[in-house]
Amino acid sequence: MSSRALRQPLSLRLTSGVFLAIWCLVAAFPIAWIAIMSVKSPVDAYDSNALNVILGPATLAAGNGVSVLDILFGIALIWGMVRLITRVVPGQIRSYCAPGQEWVGWVIGVLVSLLVFLLAALVVLPAVLGVLNPMAGALGRDVLGLTTEHYRTVWIERGFINNFRNSLIVTAGVVTVSLTVGTLAGYGLARSGSTLAFWILLIALIFRALPHSVLVAGYLPVFINSAEWLAPILGDNAPTLYGKPFAVIAVLVAINQPFTIWMLRSFFQNIPAELDEAARVDGCNHFQAFRRVIMPVMWPGVITTGLFSFLLAYNDFLVTSLLLDAQNQTMVPAIAGMFNRETTTTDQVVAVAAAVSIIAPLFFLVMIFQRQIVSGLTAGAVKG
Amino acid sequence: MNFRTFAAFVGPSVFMMLLFIAFPLLSVFKQSFYITQPIYETVEVETCTPGFLTQTCVTELKSQPVLDDEGEIVTRTEFVGLQSYRNVLEPERAWRAVTEGNWSTLSTIDFWKALRFTLTFTLITLPLVLGCGLGIALLINSAAGAIRGPVIFVSLLPFIITPVIGALSINWLFRGDGILTALLEWWLQRDIALFAQAWTIEILMMFYRVWHVAPFAAVVFYAGLQTVNQDSLESAVIDGATRWQRLKFIVIPHLMPLIIFVSMIHLMDAYRVFEEIIGFSSQAYVISLQWLTFDYLVPDQAGNRSISRASASAMLTMIGIVILLILPLRRTWRDHKGGH
Repeated sequence: MSSRALRQPLSLRLTSGVFLAIWCLVAAFPIAWIAIMSVKSPVDAYDSNALNVILGPATLAAGNGVSVLDILFGIALIWGMVRLITRVVPGQIRSYCAPGQEWVGWVIGVLVSLLVFLLAALVVLPAVLGVLNPMAGALGRDVLGLTTEHYRTVWIERGFINNFRNSLIVTAGVVTVSLTVGTLAGYGLARSGSTLAFWILLIALIFRALPHSVLVAGYLPVFINSAEWLAPILGDNAPTLYGKPFAVIAVLVAINQPFTIWMLRSFFQNIPAELDEAARVDGCNHFQAFRRVIMPVMWPGVITTGLFSFLLAYNDFLVTSLLLDAQNQTMVPAIAGMFNRETTTTDQVVAVAAAVSIIAPLFFLVMIFQRQIVSGLTAGAVKG
Repeated sequence: MNFRTFAAFVGPSVFMMLLFIAFPLLSVFKQSFYITQPIYETVEVETCTPGFLTQTCVTELKSQPVLDDEGEIVTRTEFVGLQSYRNVLEPERAWRAVTEGNWSTLSTIDFWKALRFTLTFTLITLPLVLGCGLGIALLINSAAGAIRGPVIFVSLLPFIITPVIGALSINWLFRGDGILTALLEWWLQRDIALFAQAWTIEILMMFYRVWHVAPFAAVVFYAGLQTVNQDSLESAVIDGATRWQRLKFIVIPHLMPLIIFVSMIHLMDAYRVFEEIIGFSSQAYVISLQWLTFDYLVPDQAGNRSISRASASAMLTMIGIVILLILPLRRTWRDHKGGH
């Protein structure tokens, strides 16, 4: 606060600090707790004493644990990675990429950092600590129960890696197609004040409110019988659309389209129209103006919208669970099968590990793109 | 921009929306009046079991689906009018329950049960989301600059994680002897089963939804708080206004457009409540309208999907959406008229 008159008294500042701390605890607790549960043996994970869940005596007794030294090295690694991503990577991207193509740099940068992190955490660190722990004496003794066996069960034995690949295909497809289609439409709508543009936006608003199950009820019979009605056009090898990832991509792109065009439109409206008018005066037509003048400056808006398209496709349960068959199942519907089947506590902890695996990428996403997400949330609000 | 250029820019998007949103809507509308069933025929089957001297033969009438030349079941689609709607709504039973004032009978019919929960859920969470969102935004705004970033990061987590997983994470904290149930039991000194009756599950679901959406409201309101006119706040202090009065007469009127925006988004999303039912596996106690349609679409044990009933329930869900959207659409229309 700039003004002294508006400064809060100490008591109020303390109270609001306490409430803020409570909110942060409420916000983070469920997520942090399932992350802790996922690395404990079932006995510990379901212990009614919170301290036992955190320290994991049963896990430790089974011979799975980490020493003080392990913990220190782990924290150092994570801290180093965070510094690397927030401080070093942006500079590198700026120096290597041509202006306007930073997003390519971001994608590569994030992938490389993730690879480095996984390599360091899974290969280098265990090797180094394997040598150091016996030498460190008391510091090297296991104190905290921790096991990665549930993650191994999920990813290797239960074939979660296939679901991960399917999720990757679907989300990549949805983000690419919906941004390509949506950017063009958003630009067109932002620069045209015609009544038609207004009606398209209004109808898009209605479409945004539709429950997705209504739409899926429309697709299902058509998709299941598609081999029949596509046969006259495509011949005998007409595909059954049901269960195919590309059909789901098309559906999710369409469902996402109303939101995408509203959001991109508000971003394009913030780019001064004088910019492309100047290009038009210099002899460009609309498409050239779009490609040469608008495209270099539109990336912040496109990245933000892309993030939300990614979230929609990645988090979707309803459409993917109804329209994909077991073979092409993505991660979120797959986990529903896991916890419905849960019989033993081991199965439950395995499901918890799967859940944590699904939200881990989202965690990094917020860490890297916090600014873009906040600007995206507020962009829609400012324009209404 | 002339029409041809506009069409070239907007065309692909409009085409996709027509093909994958408008067309399915029409087809759902049509499906809700038709029903597709396998054709059954009654055949006389003679089953004989070997016996001594003579066989024992039994003839019985059996109904079985008609098969075509390739061994596929022949189906027939026929117009049934409002029959599917009647199957979903069960108007006679519902009406009898209403006239007798017997609410427990009414809640045995899936549709009315789902409608009741969806409406309660939407209306109760709305003020909670607005209140919590505003509260968190004010807290973040009065916090020191250095901790705002990390606090916003933590606040965004519940909003960004997969809804099904978010609901599951809360579920796991309370399910059985989950850690928070254990804490409650220790505190109240009695046995608690949170998943054995509908109302506790509903409270947990509403808690989940507020936890999930309040960060969104908070971020939007926080952005709005940055643009509050500091001069009018200061003059209010000079005039002797208390903190509460400043909030009520300056800050909230300034945030009003954002409050309307958040309410609108929340109404649309809460009316579609679905992931909670999956995450809390509560279908035995609590169901929502969208889950009802989903359930009709999932194949039953015989592998049949009741498409026509799903279509009918989908169309009934749509009526609610239309009612929800009338006000905001009227407002957009007025803005458009005023803007030109």
